[in-house]
Amino acid sequence: MSQNDPVVRLPLPTEGPLDPPAEWERLRARCPVATVELPSGDTGALLTRYDHVKALLSDPRFSRPLPGDDSARVAPEDGGGVATRNDTALSVAFKGAEHQRWRRHVGRYFTAKRMTALRPGMTRTAEALVAEMVAGGAPADLKAALGFPLPVSVICDLLGAPVRDRDRFSYWSDAFLNIDRYTRAETEAAEAEFSAYMTELIAAKRAAPGEDLISTLIEESRAEGEGLTDPELRDTGMSLLVAGHETTANMIGKMVAMLLADRTRWERLVADPSLVRTAVDEVLRADANLGGFGVRRFLTEDFEFDGTVVPTGTTVFCGLSAANRDERTFADAGELDLGRSPNPHLTFGAGPHSCLGQALARTELQVVLDVLLRTLPSLELAVPVAELERLAGLAVGGLREVPVRW
Amino acid sequence: MKVTVDQEMCCGAGSCVLAAPEVFDQRDEDGIVVLLDAEPAAGCREAVREAAAICPASAITVRED
Repeated sequence: MSQNDPVVRLPLPTEGPLDPPAEWERLRARCPVATVELPSGDTGALLTRYDHVKALLSDPRFSRPLPGDDSARVAPEDGGGVATRNDTALSVAFKGAEHQRWRRHVGRYFTAKRMTALRPGMTRTAEALVAEMVAGGAPADLKAALGFPLPVSVICDLLGAPVRDRDRFSYWSDAFLNIDRYTRAETEAAEAEFSAYMTELIAAKRAAPGEDLISTLIEESRAEGEGLTDPELRDTGMSLLVAGHETTANMIGKMVAMLLADRTRWERLVADPSLVRTAVDEVLRADANLGGFGVRRFLTEDFEFDGTVVPTGTTVFCGLSAANRDERTFADAGELDLGRSPNPHLTFGAGPHSCLGQALARTELQVVLDVLLRTLPSLELAVPVAELERLAGLAVGGLREVPVRW
Repeated sequence: MKVTVDQEMCCGAGSCVLAAPEVFDQRDEDGIVVLLDAEPAAGCREAVREAAAICPASAITVRED
């Protein structure tokens, strides 16, 4: 980061809807700690190398910007959902020992074993959704038919939220994660509605507990000073519902699009379904559309990257997808290698804040791919790849539609 | 091969259990890693190396003999 380097403007342009920005390679090689300008006009630093991103994310001293930090704003003053702003005061602790306490309390319900136990149920849901899509005839939008409904139904079941309210969750989630589609008044109204909804749901569970996660968390918090406080319960419920829904839904669409974009990939998987596990992690690595701004960290102390000192007070944008294509870490980083192993990609982050739901997301993606390969081996894109359209303005990247036939 | 885990660093992501279930588990009470076998048999060493490489918290150390 020197005064002579040009300022990078986020989000960076790309050639095709599945392509990475060409700029990443140049940045990794020549300017791995770059100065960026955001839609708000504020500036920060952008990391594009694997080792740098991993080192910063793994450092427990730092977290996303907290209220009161003088951090760079992503969206202009009048817009941006709660997940994109810096003044969001969640009751769930963002760092240190308090964060670890919350994380371990909730994390035990997302272990690999628990997620594997959900697999048969997920498979039945995915099969039913595919059958419904097929009954409707080709072409169909795979994202609307399977990508969205599966993760919504899984997270609703897990939390004990009624799946009939999924259109409302979708709207609230979009308003949380969008950079520029809604006004500040609209996102604030959505937050207030969602918060009131979750408060009511918790009250209903308290009165008539079920077998679900929210009921379990309430039960564990019954004794004074144990478990989670009421605001923590509410914010945990809201966070899990949003996080368990939009990200996986978009990833299902992108995964299928990436695998069908070059149909030899699909054929290889049809011939050898044992590649599903590594193929899922490889599309997670190669996804160039995780969201244009990366994961943010606010520096409360100076941080050195290979001799470049980034000063206290800088908002750093960790380019996860750029790091995932770093040739210094991954052989043939630009290629999709369906059997790649090990695959230490950073799509779920790293360190103490690494995605809590990653075993859930991996299981859902593996189930979707298994079911599609088995029931629709003839699946193909119904439009040329270049006609796929990226969703703009989401902190979580995705494609608008994934039209398929079979 | 000798395997050690750092339970303080572990973030409970469970990727080691998905990669090498014979060697790693997670505690029921908080999802933190449990080492089932510190000297794994030849048949699962490759999976253990993978688990160490992909651990998001870098909490697994493998020492080759």
